[in-house]
Amino acid sequence: MDFSLSMEHEILRKSVRDFSEKEIKPVARELDEKEEFSYDTMRAMAGLGLFGMFVSEEYEGQGMDYISYIIATEEIARVDGSHAATIAAGNSLGTGPLYYYGTEEQKRKYLPEACRGETLWAFGLTEPNAGSDAGNTQTTAILDGDEWVINGSKIFITNGATDITAGTVSLCRTGTRKDGKPELTCIVVEKGTPGFEAREMHGKLMWRASNTSELYFDDCRVPKENLLGPIGDGFHQMLGTLDGGRLSIAAMGLGGAQGAFEMGMKYSKERVQFGRPISTFQVNAFKLADMATEIECARLLLYKACWLRDNEKPFAKHAAMAKLYCSEVMGMCVDHAVQLHGGYGLMKEYDIERFYRDHKLLEIGEGTSEVQRIVISRLIDAV
Amino acid sequence: MNIIVLIKQVPDTTEIKIDPKTGTLIREGVESIINPDDRHASIINPDDRHAIELAVSLKQDHGGKARVISMGPPQTIDAISEALGMGIDEGILLTDRNFGGADTWATAYTLGKTIEKIKKYDLVICGRQAIDGDTAQIGPQVAEFLNLPQLTYVTQVEQINEKRIVVQRALEDGYERMESPLPVLITVIGEINKPRHPRVDFLINACKDKANIKIWDAADLGVTVQEIGLGGSLTRVIKTFSPKIKRGGEILKGNKEEVVNQLIDRLHEKHFI
Ligand SMILES: Cc1cc2nc3c(=O)[nH]c(=O)nc-3n(C[C@H](O)[C@H](O)[C@H](O)COP(=O)(O)OP(=O)(O)OC[C@H]3O[C@@H](n4cnc5c(N)ncnc54)[C@H](O)[C@@H]3O)c2cc1C
Ligand SMILES: Cc1cc2nc3c(=O)[nH]c(=O)nc-3n(C[C@H](O)[C@H](O)[C@H](O)COP(=O)(O)OP(=O)(O)OC[C@H]3O[C@@H](n4cnc5c(N)ncnc54)[C@H](O)[C@@H]3O)c2cc1C
Repeated sequence: MDFSLSMEHEILRKSVRDFSEKEIKPVARELDEKEEFSYDTMRAMAGLGLFGMFVSEEYEGQGMDYISYIIATEEIARVDGSHAATIAAGNSLGTGPLYYYGTEEQKRKYLPEACRGETLWAFGLTEPNAGSDAGNTQTTAILDGDEWVINGSKIFITNGATDITAGTVSLCRTGTRKDGKPELTCIVVEKGTPGFEAREMHGKLMWRASNTSELYFDDCRVPKENLLGPIGDGFHQMLGTLDGGRLSIAAMGLGGAQGAFEMGMKYSKERVQFGRPISTFQVNAFKLADMATEIECARLLLYKACWLRDNEKPFAKHAAMAKLYCSEVMGMCVDHAVQLHGGYGLMKEYDIERFYRDHKLLEIGEGTSEVQRIVISRLIDAV
Repeated sequence: MNIIVLIKQVPDTTEIKIDPKTGTLIREGVESIINPDDRHASIINPDDRHAIELAVSLKQDHGGKARVISMGPPQTIDAISEALGMGIDEGILLTDRNFGGADTWATAYTLGKTIEKIKKYDLVICGRQAIDGDTAQIGPQVAEFLNLPQLTYVTQVEQINEKRIVVQRALEDGYERMESPLPVLITVIGEINKPRHPRVDFLINACKDKANIKIWDAADLGVTVQEIGLGGSLTRVIKTFSPKIKRGGEILKGNKEEVVNQLIDRLHEKHFI
């Protein structure tokens, strides 16, 4: 057994860390406060090559393994959750379905721009009445001659309403299966298609510099060939995408936990009360010790899940475990780190305040913690 | 357009302090991007980073090929890899024990010989000066060696085509616009652009054995030991020391009116007003 990362992964980590310290950290707080998606940082992240990380070079991706993408997401999340969300949704949810399930023509048409970070794609699964119960999709697509006519709406869709959003891959009900269940199919809808509208959602607690949107389809007509893969494969494709996506949420949990730990450590070494740094009180040192230990466990679990995926072994169980564990570890770390900051941890001048808020999404998005436990309990044959 | 950039690897001075007692460098244990084991952090000289950025953006707009050349010990290859990560096509590392101890004359001679060997070039770009030596001599000396026109302290490339270049260059009290035929050597200052970060996949590939980096020694350049390194240097460093800076502050004494009058007198004396 060898736990060391390769030279490539080390270089990747250092260079993304250097970048995020210099380009993201200085602007993250203000973007969060203004609830603003930044096209400047988007362009900078694209320049670094963070938008087609596991897509092959044939489609202008970076052709790296999954762990590379995870390390990059972790490093961005170490300084800011919103930017990590833009990267994660851009890669695993955006280019992912097109790359894994798209036709050759769709890949050639959409992937190069997306991999260059010039466009973003939105993953349209969640609906007002289909959250955890994602199979309850109510958006319909009916074939009329050579066109699908789509009606319905999606909610909470990341990267859905930016100026550079190129479109969405959305799950639609295209009929009824023989067993009576809905036939679900993914359809590509380009921005600008009449009847398709994306509206930015505001008033978020967290990920305030990430773009979240509602998508509306109102007699929206797209060509017949805009199907992503075969009819009826949609739900399976979405779940497959989410298995990979869970690793990105886990990476955000791990990176966020690491960032919170570092802030807690730095502050408690500098803060003097009762004539000594508060880190020298055992109750505080123990908090830091617990954080460090949990982060180590989280990293091992996540990297193992990535290793399984990169080696084409089943990884769904580990992905669900890593998503669950890493997001809960970040929850513990931000709580401890705010506590170590005392009253100052509640103020916006300290980044830990943002981390405390940003953390909560990780226990909800891409399958809530409860849903992860459902998935795991099924995969271990407990139910 | 064929572009050559001359770069230097220097100690990261933001991470280094001088021991006031001994006058020697205290290198803190910081890591370089490329080589995590390298505790003596080295970076691409800041001005040279702007030179690389200019080369990469000119190449993107006008096509062609961009090369970097750097002379130094074997670990200088890290600086070249980083340049390739930023989008430079090819690197040439000049490394040879006999290159050691070179002053600016011998360095410019070696770099000039390398450029002669490459032959095809339209534009040579250097940073204004290196943060460790601060001489700002290499660019101009290489231009003289190659018999090229030189444009120094460039802040903007306004126009460029196969035949000519128009730049804006910084003067102490403003800017001037100059035109030159190609090939030309220019030195750039930080104001000219914002250097990009290396692209992760380019950077990783640039650190592999198969990276497009040539390693040349004195024999490859066909130069003799007398012409290069310490042997080819016209100057000798006898001693280095940090200058003892006397902060020349002076406190004017008296009441408000007297002090203001004294100040005005001083400013007149110095012809500031
Ligand atoms: C900022 C943000 C970005 C998002 N980005 C995207 C995106 O890009 N694409 C996309 O498709 N979706 C996206 N989502 C949607 C996200 O995946 C859903 O919010 C999530 O799946 C939960 O669904 P819900 O909000 O409808 O909650 P619900 O499903 O209504 O859940 C409410 C509560 O009930 C619990 N619950 C539900 N069912 C069960 C059960 N069977 N057993 C036990 N407990 C249960 C849940 O765990 C939760 O605690 C995003 C959400 C947010 C907030
Ligand atoms: C919204 C708000 C309203 C407030 N209102 C008032 C007000 O009206 N009047 C007022 O006077 N104050 C007020 N406060 C201040 C508040 O009481 C302090 O923030 C609180 O006492 C903690 O002090 P601190 O923030 O300096 O944290 P610190 O004392 O620096 O504590 C930092 C961390 O170190 C730990 N720590 C410190 N000393 C020890 C020790 N000896 N052993 C173990 N752990 C230790 C703490 O438990 C904490 O986890 C308010 C604060 C806020 C945020």
